[in-house]
Amino acid sequence: MSNAHTAVHGDHHPVDPSIPVEYHEEENSLRIAGFWVFLGSDLVLFSCLFATYVVMHGRVAGGPTSQQLFDVTGFTIETIALLFSSFTCGLATYEMRRGNRNAMVTWLFITVALGLVFLGFEIDEFVHNVSIGATMQRSGFLSAFFTLVGTHGCHVTMGTLWMLSVIIQLIRYGITPITARKAFIVSIYWHFLDAVWIFIFTVVYLTGKVV
Amino acid sequence: MNGVVNWAVHFFMLDEGPLIWLSDFLIGCATIGIIVALTYFKLWKWLWDNWLTTVDHKKIGIMYLIAAVLMLFRGGTDGLLMRAQLSWPNLHFLTADHYDQIFTTHGTIMILFMAMPAIIGFFNVAVPLQIGCRDVAFPYLNAISFWLFFSAALLFNLSFVVGGSPDGGWTSYPPYVENFFDPGPGENYFLVALQITGIGTIATGVNFLITILRMRAPGMTMMRLPMFTWSVFITSIIIVFAFPVLTVALALLLIDRDFGSHFFTVTGGGMPMQYINLFWIWGHPEVYIVILPAFGILSEVVSTFSHKRLFGYSAMVVSMIAIAILSFVVWVHHFFTMGAGPGVNSFFGVSTMAIAIPTGVKVFNWLFTMHKGRVEFTSAMLWAVGFIPNFLIGGLTGVMLAVPPADYQYHNSYFLIAHFHYTLIGGTVFGVFAGIYYWWPKMFGVLLDEKLGRWHFWTFMIGFNICFFPQFFLGFMGMQRRMYTYPAGYGWGIINLISTVGAVLMGVGFLIFVWNVLWSARFGQRDTTGDPWDGRSLEWATTSPAPEYNFAIIPTIKGRDAWWLMKKTGESINGPKGVPFRPIHMPNNSGRPIIMSLFFFIAGGGFIFQWWVLAIIGLLGVLVTMAQRSFEYHDHHYIPVEEIERTEAAAGRL
Repeated sequence: MSNAHTAVHGDHHPVDPSIPVEYHEEENSLRIAGFWVFLGSDLVLFSCLFATYVVMHGRVAGGPTSQQLFDVTGFTIETIALLFSSFTCGLATYEMRRGNRNAMVTWLFITVALGLVFLGFEIDEFVHNVSIGATMQRSGFLSAFFTLVGTHGCHVTMGTLWMLSVIIQLIRYGITPITARKAFIVSIYWHFLDAVWIFIFTVVYLTGKVV
Repeated sequence: MNGVVNWAVHFFMLDEGPLIWLSDFLIGCATIGIIVALTYFKLWKWLWDNWLTTVDHKKIGIMYLIAAVLMLFRGGTDGLLMRAQLSWPNLHFLTADHYDQIFTTHGTIMILFMAMPAIIGFFNVAVPLQIGCRDVAFPYLNAISFWLFFSAALLFNLSFVVGGSPDGGWTSYPPYVENFFDPGPGENYFLVALQITGIGTIATGVNFLITILRMRAPGMTMMRLPMFTWSVFITSIIIVFAFPVLTVALALLLIDRDFGSHFFTVTGGGMPMQYINLFWIWGHPEVYIVILPAFGILSEVVSTFSHKRLFGYSAMVVSMIAIAILSFVVWVHHFFTMGAGPGVNSFFGVSTMAIAIPTGVKVFNWLFTMHKGRVEFTSAMLWAVGFIPNFLIGGLTGVMLAVPPADYQYHNSYFLIAHFHYTLIGGTVFGVFAGIYYWWPKMFGVLLDEKLGRWHFWTFMIGFNICFFPQFFLGFMGMQRRMYTYPAGYGWGIINLISTVGAVLMGVGFLIFVWNVLWSARFGQRDTTGDPWDGRSLEWATTSPAPEYNFAIIPTIKGRDAWWLMKKTGESINGPKGVPFRPIHMPNNSGRPIIMSLFFFIAGGGFIFQWWVLAIIGLLGVLVTMAQRSFEYHDHHYIPVEEIERTEAAAGRL
């Protein structure tokens, strides 16, 4: 009773080799669509944080400005790590489609590791800021900076934990439509965080170093 | 020891006088009563198996609606307390502090914990049935949404007797609500409770968006959707794009209060206007979130009881889309007086007035649907017909408020209070009551009594007008909102007294409704056909209440008003005879959503009282339950064919 536009829980698509494995059951296709919508709402969340940051950027209340605070080496390494992790995450999806469980898991591990490198440098930056008195209690600018960048950092932390749980399931059950769907969803989440970071890199760090 | 006692007395607000003691007493009695009754009748297992762990959209919808009616009682009691305080000059029935807390909880509860669960309740009750599917796209997530709302409502209501309620108004504007001016847990309750229920609402938006996009029965094209489902579709889109803004506004303010940052403070480079902008970028779409589904309910009810198809279907759809888009570009009209300048104010004044056009289209379409129809004035139809003039008053005074120069006169006066009560009561509450009378048989298999329904409608509707119409004049006479008391000699006293009489009459109307529910449960007419109103959409094609799986065979849709067409051509909802049933895939019940929301509740308590251990325990609990869900692979079962055959045979559909 199902056609291309109708989803009934529990229905199976006929296994068509041209359809990627993560879409092989109707249920999975629904969840992937739902996750895209969630990302839409998450995008609105980040937009508001960006807007607040832009409003707050000059409101330093006599405290450190973005020009004084931002460290080029640190945020460059963070950016490279996160962009590379998006690439390795894409390679994991590629191997998933080819059915190579081990290669896929390896690429996912590398993704997690790069995510941890990113987080390490971010935490280091935050700790350094706090140690010189640039805390979020110091000024409106720093409140907005820590909240925007910290929210992204929280997302990345969640992403690494989530990816680890998917890796465990892949090792345990192999590449099935269900584990493939889970890996696919965490990967679009990861790419989304990468896209958000590109905006943080541009709006917060690059602009903040100049203006 | 003495210190602990003092702390506890203050914490549980025992030093605040008889109002709190009475509430403590009533809460205690209700809790003990519920526990004793459940234990005495051995209902704990029934409650857990059938309701607390359910993922069935029909039951979740019913729980939402029960919660909404309870919250209507709480919010209504707040309203009556306020009206009692204002009924005459120089009264000191409440203290100023209590008055501030009560108008804050009144507004917050009515919008977030009454109107929202009421409309989301109807999403759940009607949408999957109307589009011919077996459940929403994500049933487990749906249960999480409900329990998040529930724990948030519990947390918010607890503030009345534990630690003190918020007192910054339902809009909670900084800088007043910052720690410096407003210390204590009160505002934190507001911020945390709204945050938790907001997460649940975003999930609901995602859920129904995907449900309507992807789960429609074959042949149910978008332009064949029942109008209520269309309104839910549009509302879901607004929810998904508006609620994250509230999340941010609340989070930033909470960070200010809990961690001492400077987003909205007056010192340290803070910017209070940023909060006000963010709040209303959510807040204005929010009023359309609660009114569009009421429009949808009205379209169903008017068309059903005029026994005609809805007039101007495409115009209805287009006008809802227009309203949804415009709702995002009008937010500044909530603060014309805050100095945005003539250019900005003009833009937002014009965009606000523009909303009157699609809304007017909808009103005319309802009128033309009734025109030359065989109109049947059931209780549901009375509410729908009452909606039109009352909402019209709300809408037209809204256009008056949208004129920036004139708004300087009305702003934050009782004129505004009267205006938004005409839209929210005359609109949303009337629509919700129409929906309750309309879908009650589908939810419970029993009709509400028509005679009591008429009494309910007329008492409430007349009381509502007596209460709020005089407030337009109070506004013109200079009475400001949130005013605790006022001196004699302004001529406000007698008008306020009339208004209070109207409020009491609304309370009587509510009691008649409660009596109707109780009376009908015992003596009401049973709905044996599943189609008591000669309905038009698919929810009337199945039994009342619908079987767990809704439809034994997913129907094929041939046009708008699908069930009406089937009745005309004599088709069965199960399609041609002899098509064999197949086992039906259903999601398993789960206790995890309620446990997860308990952890949210604990974390919320931590953020409210700044007990970080509690916050960490709560958040860890949330993470652990999420991880458990990730590792859950056996989360569904199949209903065997024999059981489907038994159910369908009992319903006479074989």
